[in-house]
Amino acid sequence: MRYIAVAIAIVAGLIVLLGYFVPALAGIQDVLLNWAIILAGMAALVGVFNLISVHGDKVRRREKGSIYSAILLISLFASFIFGLALGPNDPNMRLLVNAVIVPVEATLMALLSVTLLYASIRLLRRRTDLMSIVFLLTAVLMLIASATLPFGEISPLNDFIRPWIQQVLALGGARGILIGVALGTLTTGLRVLFGADRPYGGN
Amino acid sequence: MNLIGLGLVGFAAILLLAFSLMKRKSPPKWRVIPALTKLSRAVDLSVEDGTRLFVALGRASLLTPRGGAPLAGLGLLRRIAERASLSDRPPVAVSGESTLALLSQDTLQAGYRAMGAGDLYQPTAGRLSGMTPFSAAAGAMPIIRDENVSAGMLVGDFGVEAALLADVAERENTFLLGASADISSQAALFASAQEPLLGEELFATGAYLDSGASHAASLTVQDILRWLIILALFAGAVLKLIGLI
Repeated sequence: MRYIAVAIAIVAGLIVLLGYFVPALAGIQDVLLNWAIILAGMAALVGVFNLISVHGDKVRRREKGSIYSAILLISLFASFIFGLALGPNDPNMRLLVNAVIVPVEATLMALLSVTLLYASIRLLRRRTDLMSIVFLLTAVLMLIASATLPFGEISPLNDFIRPWIQQVLALGGARGILIGVALGTLTTGLRVLFGADRPYGGN
Repeated sequence: MNLIGLGLVGFAAILLLAFSLMKRKSPPKWRVIPALTKLSRAVDLSVEDGTRLFVALGRASLLTPRGGAPLAGLGLLRRIAERASLSDRPPVAVSGESTLALLSQDTLQAGYRAMGAGDLYQPTAGRLSGMTPFSAAAGAMPIIRDENVSAGMLVGDFGVEAALLADVAERENTFLLGASADISSQAALFASAQEPLLGEELFATGAYLDSGASHAASLTVQDILRWLIILALFAGAVLKLIGLI
């Protein structure tokens, strides 16, 4: 059974890969990708059951923080029931999203800015090396160049240094990193395609 | 037909097969990546201490071009599952995407089975922590804080929210390796994670943790392709300079 699963995965992977290069295979590629999208939709449902199972266990065992798990489960079931009864486009359901989920995520984003600032301050204590100093100096320079200063903008910083850092150093570095990531993705994908890595089942 | 793309993929595939099947006289030598050396030590210490290992795989769907990084994370998870399967506290894997959560469960189970400890596997070890980037991070934070985690690994595709996880790890004095395919996340992790990995180092985790010949071959192929791209860029620049293109 395991070998059949591996064979199906490899053949499907090869067809999808070749579909990008050989137009004749594009039709079969579309069908396979549509199947994958349907399966991913089902996986979302299984994922929600996993969430219920993990947090249900926490509540049952009265582990540390189980009160938050209980709140999560109550909120999840309430949203599910109201969502089924009212439909996702109902104004009350939209209110739930706009008044709870969006502000909570925005709050976490705001917390993140403080977290990053604090992490940057701690960086030199944790790793005192040349790259950390360059990282911090660049971050400070870019902040000063981007900020609205009471005495107006600093011309050479804004007109020359900031664009040069952004368009030469940062862009070049980012492209280098992206090429490295793309090569890593290619070889990782090929390993899965050859069956050397099998995250889709069995040993 | 895109012959250049097909040729590049075909060439990489042939090289990968050749290096995977080739018998090396001596083990391959790569540059030292301190973060991965410390990770290996942290995993061993965790098994000895009976503390938990934590692996976060990010939120990228495998159906998108960003799916390569979580696949590398799953490769690392498999190795971690094998090394820590007999630990008092089994490793926990969290994802911000449901297909990835399913695959993490399957990978953990395969790792346990490979070590003959299939009966110790718990399905709740592979978890979906949330469906949006920040909810996934918020769902994973209590695990680092409350579940006696001694070492954490963020290996996959994250956004800047990864810094929130790194902050919790820092406060709990937990070793944290941060590796993401996303550039803004790499910058955030460089500032906040104890041991950040940059760029393609993310894809080297398997090879550095002795995950097998295919992982070692994969690194060699990446190096060869990188040199070819450097030469192509250099040749292009020279040809442009002398006005031939």
